[in-house]
Amino acid sequence: MKHEIVEKNLGLMIVLIILTISGGFLAEVVPLFFSKQTNEPIEGLEPLSALELEGRDIYIREGCHVCHTQQIRPFRAETERYGHYSVAGEFVYDRPFLWGSKRTGPDLARVGGRYSDAWQRQHLYDPRSVVPESNMPAFPWLFEDRVDHTDTEAKMKTLQTLGVPYTDEQIAEAASAVEGKFEIEALVAYLQQLGTVISEKR
Amino acid sequence: MSTFWSIWISVIVLGTIFGCWWLLMATRKSQTTDTETDRTTGHSFDGIEEYDNPLPKWWFYLFIGTCVFSLGYLALYPGLGNFQGLLGWSSTNQWETEMQQADARYSELYARYGDTPVPALADNEDAMKMGQRLFANNCAVCHGSAGRGSLGFPNLTDNDWLYGGEPDNILTTLHEGRNGNMPAKGFMPNMNNTQVDQVVNYVLSFSDREKSAEAAEAGEAVFAQACAGCHGTDGKGNQGMGAPNLTDNIWLYGSTYDWIRETVVNGRQNQMPAQGGRLSDDQIQILAAYVYSLSN
Repeated sequence: MKHEIVEKNLGLMIVLIILTISGGFLAEVVPLFFSKQTNEPIEGLEPLSALELEGRDIYIREGCHVCHTQQIRPFRAETERYGHYSVAGEFVYDRPFLWGSKRTGPDLARVGGRYSDAWQRQHLYDPRSVVPESNMPAFPWLFEDRVDHTDTEAKMKTLQTLGVPYTDEQIAEAASAVEGKFEIEALVAYLQQLGTVISEKR
Repeated sequence: MSTFWSIWISVIVLGTIFGCWWLLMATRKSQTTDTETDRTTGHSFDGIEEYDNPLPKWWFYLFIGTCVFSLGYLALYPGLGNFQGLLGWSSTNQWETEMQQADARYSELYARYGDTPVPALADNEDAMKMGQRLFANNCAVCHGSAGRGSLGFPNLTDNDWLYGGEPDNILTTLHEGRNGNMPAKGFMPNMNNTQVDQVVNYVLSFSDREKSAEAAEAGEAVFAQACAGCHGTDGKGNQGMGAPNLTDNIWLYGSTYDWIRETVVNGRQNQMPAQGGRLSDDQIQILAAYVYSLSN
């Protein structure tokens, strides 16, 4: 074959380019859509409660995921510090997942239960009051603003459509469960459940 | 992974490699001489022409080399569906090996002190160096690097203990954690503002700091009803339930009138997270000795 044939037949070239660049996606990504490991929740995993779900949205709104990852890699240096390495089945209800790719602050995949609620509140209000060398911004407005409860039900319905097993009762009670709560309560509730399904260190 | 997807992956991966190989070979111009010719592709754009020489040899062999490398890699490491590779490598295996090596190395160091009673361990300089590092990594974020605590997080150096400072108390606190809960207004949910003022003055009077002697006097009855159940009629607290001693002028949540009023009106909740599953028993033994050494 002569490369002239490819170079002078645009249609053939397009087909060959598509074939070439889709190889990685077809081999590395597509099989995961059908894999048990990535689609089935690990034992004991529950969808986030209404308050935790609102907390997650506040986590995203405030950009926590920009500086904090939620993925512990299987290296000793990481598991000693953060706990058991993350497994795919922990994230099946996460839409979108918040693994992140950059750690300015520590990984938060298993921060749940690690510090007391009081510590989390104090730290979010004024990080340097508990960790003097911290460069995390303070989030004082979370202590003044209330959670917007008007969208909670719609959010949960959407997730239900996407396969998160919320019951209709949970969705019906969602708005009243978060109404009047401060944003800090939602965020701390979200943080305190992170990674708690796998609790053993190793 | 099912057999189907295993084959799917293998076919695509190997197909891609052999496809590259084929493309390279099929479009190859045989090199007849070592020198370049001045033959062109025949196109001329604005007088610019393109030489039509074969790939340089080193470049051609580099291509061949990458194909050979990828085949060798796929033979040794997992990459073709369910085939685990001849080396049997996996990320979890690698992690487990790392952990075992570290365990073999460090568990012995910790085990050396695991059976030593806390007070004896507190006098052991080497153990306390380890304890200091464990403390810095696991406890300092709340209790401070010097163990002096801060608002809401107990000072561990002052020999005033919420749950007791004996070795056994410290070990229990570390292993199981603690949950402190002071209900708002204690046992008197309908306490009115006057009564709040009185009881705060009474609590301040334990350390002779009351704002009004009159209110403090009236507060004694409120205290007896609302607070004495946990803090004791004398205000000396109860380490069994973590009720603080109110008479020693050591305050977890601030010592002023306003802070104490806030505590009375809204109550306080606090937790010390359990370290049981996170740290090994030997590590906790060393840590308990370190905490013990801070005030003994």
